[in-house]
Amino acid sequence: MSNYSMEQGSALILACSAIGAGLAMIAGIGPGIGQGFAAGKGAEAVGRQPGAQSDIVRTMLMGCAVAETTGIYGLFIAIMLIFANPLISRYLRIIGQ
Amino acid sequence: MNYLLLSSEEVDFNIHVIKTMRIFGLEFRFTDSLWYACWIAAFLIIAAVILNRKLRRVDPMAKPKGIQNLLEYAVSALDNFAVGTMGPVGHKFSAFYGSMFLYILLCNLSGLFVWFRISPAESKVWIEFMRPPTADLAVTLSLALITFFMTQGFGLKAKGLKGWLKGFTEPVTLLTPINLIGEVANPISLSFRLMGNVLAGTIIMALYYGMLPMLAYIISPALHFYFDVFAGVLQSFIFVMLSMIYVSGAME
Repeated sequence: MSNYSMEQGSALILACSAIGAGLAMIAGIGPGIGQGFAAGKGAEAVGRQPGAQSDIVRTMLMGCAVAETTGIYGLFIAIMLIFANPLISRYLRIIGQ
Repeated sequence: MNYLLLSSEEVDFNIHVIKTMRIFGLEFRFTDSLWYACWIAAFLIIAAVILNRKLRRVDPMAKPKGIQNLLEYAVSALDNFAVGTMGPVGHKFSAFYGSMFLYILLCNLSGLFVWFRISPAESKVWIEFMRPPTADLAVTLSLALITFFMTQGFGLKAKGLKGWLKGFTEPVTLLTPINLIGEVANPISLSFRLMGNVLAGTIIMALYYGMLPMLAYIISPALHFYFDVFAGVLQSFIFVMLSMIYVSGAME
């Protein structure tokens, strides 16, 4: 296989990985909505019962952290695609480099 | 994490290998996460020994003062945190989770401090901001695996073998595979949450320092406060809290 096409293939994979990393970060929408909802409900609860503020804040932070998980998975995929791309090495292995 | 030598070409937030060792034919990499984690553990141990020596000489009947006051406050806060989350059984676990909390907290906050890093292969010494050890999946996954084995171990101890195995078939036997996947997913989501938050902060800080070397000195304190202090404290708190919930949930 000639050198020219190998470079082309690598460039295509890198470009698609960059696009894929951008698409993976769409996952940030979900946690944003979820955490906003949790924070809104928390504010409502504090307004209704200011005495229980510390309990409410603790529960809210807990829920926010759990809601964040899916966003973190998306972030992890994006980081993998940009900084530790497994596809390039697989491609080089396939074409025998 | 070389913020001190600011240059726009050099945006470096990778894990550096300090030394590669071969033990029984397996390759072990002594990375800078491990290097900084060792320093943090050493700091905690030395602080504990010194404070213990200091507190031994204190009269327990007298009015607490100085560092003793602070330590009593911290210990009772950690105790209340464990008991409030786990119930009365929390007294037994508060020492373990308190030290886990302090370790993760110091690891997360270590991005604020300057320390040295060596490279025996190149015989060089770098003085730079620490790369938080919790920004490495190896560190967080090992912490999460401790929680995983504690969950299973204390569940087995509290319920007995039969009750523990029966716990996987609830509510119906058909859901056993899903329950098993759920158990395995716990340490993965725990470790990814901590690593993802800290690593995202690290990358954003490094990109920021690399992109705007002149502005970095003005705006970076705010970013450091958000990514290192706020996210670091919150994530260590949440990691320990979720571990407590998993363990106390398995014991019920």
